Amino acid sequence: MIALSHVTKAFGPKQVLTGVDLVVPKGQSMVVIGGSGTGKSVLLKCILGLVQPDQGLITLDGQDVRTAEREAFLARFGMLFQGGALFDSLRVWENVAFRLLRGPLKRPKAEARAIAVEKLRRVGLTPETADLFPAELSGGMQKRVGLARAIAAQPEIIFFDEPTTGLDPIMAGVINDLIREIVTEMGATAITITHDMSSVRAIADRVAMLHDGVIQWTGPVAEMDNAPDPYLQQFIHGRAEGPIAAIR
Amino acid sequence: MTGFLAALGRPVLAVLAAFGRVALYAVQTLASLVRPPFYTREFLAALLHVGWLSLPVVGLTAIFTGGALALQIYAGGQRFNAEAVVPQIVAIGMVRELGPVLVGLMIAARVTSSIAAEIATMKVTEQIDALVTLSTNPLKYLTVPRVLAGTLTVPLLVAVGDIIGIMGGFLVATGQLGFNKATYIQNTLDFLESADVVSSLIKGAVFGCIATLIGCYHGMASGRGAMGVGQATKTAVAAASILILAANFLLTSVMFGS
Repeated sequence: MIALSHVTKAFGPKQVLTGVDLVVPKGQSMVVIGGSGTGKSVLLKCILGLVQPDQGLITLDGQDVRTAEREAFLARFGMLFQGGALFDSLRVWENVAFRLLRGPLKRPKAEARAIAVEKLRRVGLTPETADLFPAELSGGMQKRVGLARAIAAQPEIIFFDEPTTGLDPIMAGVINDLIREIVTEMGATAITITHDMSSVRAIADRVAMLHDGVIQWTGPVAEMDNAPDPYLQQFIHGRAEGPIAAIR
Repeated sequence: MTGFLAALGRPVLAVLAAFGRVALYAVQTLASLVRPPFYTREFLAALLHVGWLSLPVVGLTAIFTGGALALQIYAGGQRFNAEAVVPQIVAIGMVRELGPVLVGLMIAARVTSSIAAEIATMKVTEQIDALVTLSTNPLKYLTVPRVLAGTLTVPLLVAVGDIIGIMGGFLVATGQLGFNKATYIQNTLDFLESADVVSSLIKGAVFGCIATLIGCYHGMASGRGAMGVGQATKTAVAAASILILAANFLLTSVMFGS
């Protein structure tokens, strides 16, 4: 279980998170929604320790993430970045098998490659893709390679940062289905950041809406449409009129 | 008056803070060097990039500099009937000063810029964050192999540059200025001391370390977007060039000042 309690973060004068309280139960798929620039990515980076929160407590299975042994802590996570964040200088299979080629999870090269090819197949890419470089792939293929890399070491917790941004609706649907299948199949805890409502409905067990630096609403996805929160309703229906200012 | 002092103090403090950050980064790099893991593949790639692929630019810079130096010394020496000293001065000039400095500056132009741009792009595209989430320390994975490769290969490049520079002087002196080939080589060998060569190699190691470390530092400290990458690259090359020239002065003062 991941728990955030009164987490705050400012960048200079800009207060991004003003007191986030959020619990993500083990094995659940939580989708965090919210407008652009509301701090959704910062939230994920705070959990991973890529950004240090100014105040508050973040725990993983009851342990303060700041006191966890870093390598063992990170080994529990997989992350799909918004732009893929694939390493340009490495071939696709080396990107996917990155963790399996070095460090405590190191395997023989042939075995690491076989696992990478299997993970690529899992995300709908052919073995021929394995020897290409990331620059030779389309945006959708890069996302899928990023997804394969995120799941390659069978992590307990997976973060997806804007998994469908920049993709056509069909490819976005493919990625959504893949994420849902993989999370269910692996029994992983997942946090997904998106403002794509079709992704929310496809991926989420629970939804949290981040607005003005706090969790404005959280609950099961089934309750989202009927929730009385005006901020949530404006956001999910994409209305220009409402409590959320259109110009931010 | 207070405003003037504040305006004067701000850039001084900024420069001192920047020096402090670079020094801390250097200490962290040094500490990472002696702690596992060590990324051999990245180190070998850096050796190739910093060393082998820099050979053409180093060779061309050195041969033209050596040739021009021979012409200048001959023309200047003629004024007081000392044109015969061309082999000795070309040798000492190339090995003690021009070889290390020019190679250092060429490495700053070629290697520092590419390292800074590459790492800055990795930062902007979240590849550095991805490394962290894949349980890999970016300092160990990106900085240590490059700095070690720079420190080890630039002295070799300097040695090659020294030899090619002397050859440039030799070609001009024997082909254009009428020097005897055997005498030229003999004079060069007789005049050069092992201390000259050692100083050249030490300078090469220091300049290689500076060039790669500064490239990595500015890449890691890059701002956002294409402008951030451009700014990081520009600042890295300027800082590395200035630091190389300053280090050259310090090393020359220490090794030859007395």
